[in-house]
Amino acid sequence: MVDPVLASRLQFALTTIVHIIFPVMSMGLAPFLIYFTWKEIRTKQPVYEQLRRFWTRIFAVSFVVGTVTGLVLEFEFGTNFAAFSTTAGELFGGPLALEGMMAFMLEATFLGIFVFGRDRVSDRLYFLSSIAVGLGTWLSAVWILIANSWMQTPRGFEIVVENGNRIVKLTDPLAAYLNPRFPYMFIHMQNAAVESVALFMAGVAAYYVFRHHVWGYPIKHIDFWEKTLKIALAVLLITAPLQVIQGDEYARHVSETQPQKFAAMEAVWETDSYVPEYIVAFPTDVNDLLNPRTKDLFGIGIPGGASWLASGGNPQATIRGLESFSTKAPPVAIVFWAFRIMVALGFWFILLAVWGVYRWWRGELFEDDLLHKALMASSLLGFVAVEVGWIVTEVGRQPWVIQGVMRTSAGVSPSLTGAEATFTLLGFVAGYILLLSLYTYVVGRIIRAGPPPRDELTQSDAAHIQESEVTSGD
Amino acid sequence: MTNVESLATKPLFGLPLAELWFALLFFIFGMFLFLDGFDFGVGVLFATRNDDHEKEQLLAAVGPFWDGNEVWLVVFGGALFAAFPSVYANLFSRYYLLMFAILAALGLRGLAPEMYEEREDDRWRTLWGYSFVIGSTVTPFLLGLFVMNWLVGATGLITPVGVLGGVTVLVLTIVDGAAFLGLKTRGALRDEMRDYGIRAAVGYLGIAIITLGVIYVTEPGLRSSFRSITVVALVMLTATLTGIYTVALRRRRYYAAFAATATLVFGLVGLVATLLFPFVDRTAGLTVREAIISTLPLNIMSIMASVLLPIVLGYFVVLYSAFSGPVDTEETYG
Repeated sequence: MVDPVLASRLQFALTTIVHIIFPVMSMGLAPFLIYFTWKEIRTKQPVYEQLRRFWTRIFAVSFVVGTVTGLVLEFEFGTNFAAFSTTAGELFGGPLALEGMMAFMLEATFLGIFVFGRDRVSDRLYFLSSIAVGLGTWLSAVWILIANSWMQTPRGFEIVVENGNRIVKLTDPLAAYLNPRFPYMFIHMQNAAVESVALFMAGVAAYYVFRHHVWGYPIKHIDFWEKTLKIALAVLLITAPLQVIQGDEYARHVSETQPQKFAAMEAVWETDSYVPEYIVAFPTDVNDLLNPRTKDLFGIGIPGGASWLASGGNPQATIRGLESFSTKAPPVAIVFWAFRIMVALGFWFILLAVWGVYRWWRGELFEDDLLHKALMASSLLGFVAVEVGWIVTEVGRQPWVIQGVMRTSAGVSPSLTGAEATFTLLGFVAGYILLLSLYTYVVGRIIRAGPPPRDELTQSDAAHIQESEVTSGD
Repeated sequence: MTNVESLATKPLFGLPLAELWFALLFFIFGMFLFLDGFDFGVGVLFATRNDDHEKEQLLAAVGPFWDGNEVWLVVFGGALFAAFPSVYANLFSRYYLLMFAILAALGLRGLAPEMYEEREDDRWRTLWGYSFVIGSTVTPFLLGLFVMNWLVGATGLITPVGVLGGVTVLVLTIVDGAAFLGLKTRGALRDEMRDYGIRAAVGYLGIAIITLGVIYVTEPGLRSSFRSITVVALVMLTATLTGIYTVALRRRRYYAAFAATATLVFGLVGLVATLLFPFVDRTAGLTVREAIISTLPLNIMSIMASVLLPIVLGYFVVLYSAFSGPVDTEETYG
């Protein structure tokens, strides 16, 4: 039997780790879909209709699975973190309610039109639906990140004791909702979503381009994949550098507002100046290999690097060590390595973007098989970067569920028993493995089937044929 | 600045906001139960179909709608969290396993049609067809169980009145689904759905009366509420509307039947709200006034909700007008 506190934490971690995949897919696809729809209506070129229809199918599946996992997430605050919900509800519940009313409703209703209604509504309403869907996904992120960023840098509240419970009372809504972390988090998340989807698109397109141009297999509608690859690379060239540059500022902001998290990211135990930026670090004692909080580390790094990054240019700057905090350090190794994986991937994506665009500019985009392989291998790495990034954010802020106000362990539902929590945790593991397998299977089938055939697209009475084609299981 | 200060100290326009939010919460739940209710009902009626083409038509009927309908449940959860956080916390942690069972069933219902359309072979379709039926049957049953537990303040998960509540809601979704299919299908399929609808309506009236009787006998704490005018009116309304529904279906007035269903659903939800009031969580002994959040966030949420919810209703008007009328016989769920 797992302790209810640990089980709740694991279950919540699992829920969020699985859930984030689907919003990233839909938030990242949204701008592409708006662009495809606009080009389809404006240029009447069949390739844009193919692009719109193909990627809308993936969007729709991601949305359905995301609704399933997101609904679980919404109620899990009540089921597993009742004490947190009681304490923070006044500040935390509002954004969740507003997310539902302002964003999710917009997305879900117009998605019905966007997926099923091409032949039922005017071009104008159809284009507006694509914008409504996209806006809905991004507004969802606004409210969810307002809620999350408030937990990282809580502002605009006071604590009152009511019926023996500590209750967070909202005193200044603007300060609370537009807390210092929010803009950093929002830009980082949204750009990451677009970047991840660009990488995914580029990887899938590279596979077909590689088979066609390098292996010489005839691929139907190869221009569809060539177009996808180019659009994805163009977007990657913008998003990849932006992510790293903005990420650097974000990390500096973390060092100012959550010094304990920053110390864990850099594995700094003793407060010191001229702190190196470790590239890697390992426990000096083999017995500590599995202890995430070991203090005796051997690292290889850039002298003064961490100080330089934290202060924005001064290698002599002092960084507060984990020893100087009264609370127990988060599992440092997890935060340290997750941060490094994320940063390394961030730079790798820039390299990929520059490499791809350079080949494109030279007119060699479809010949460079090494580039194709690199893109294929990186197709899911954007999602990996998002996952490790959120691990830095969420594991790094432990033991706090609300920074400096409430500990995660104090937030768990008092009535929850170990048996209940263990039972649902096991159910989650099984259910989410099944869910992810099904999702991968369906997306894999959509990709293998390729874009919808073009000869059906431009006919005026294409609706019926299209529909039966879609259902014929490709 | 005075406006901002009064926002923090006085309820908006001096309105009884706690009570209004209690009503709004049940309105949102009613919207969910009415709209997603017909999706559930269609899912239950799916079990009666053997013909592939008819199954496709049922899926096509709910295809563009169900996801938007389900979001009313998301909004319900959010609104409960925002307005009555302690109730949100108590309720969902108290009925912990029941809540996860609901979420699992709801997940199955959402996933199944998507999977069903993915492949054409019989075994696959049988599997996901069953999943769709199970998800669509279990979800409303458990929702009814949950709401009944909430109403009577049950401490256990499965109670006799809870089971009756579950069956009541399940049958109501069939009533709902049959009326909806009256608008969405044609010919022989529609006639068969109509017959199921009429039988379900009669069954609903019976089971609702039995459930109310059992509550009256087993829950002495609720007895005084039964004598209120509102409760009597709502019960009579339910009986009348079941009659109207049946007559409307017989005369093929499907819009009238659908409207009667809406009133039936809101009648039931209104009944639950009336019986629960002034409590919002009987087990925890929390009344509406005790559980409501403080004035400032309440005022803000009230402003936001009164601006946003009419807009949201507008989205639904756009969606339902874009897909009005019966599904084409060729049209399928893509």
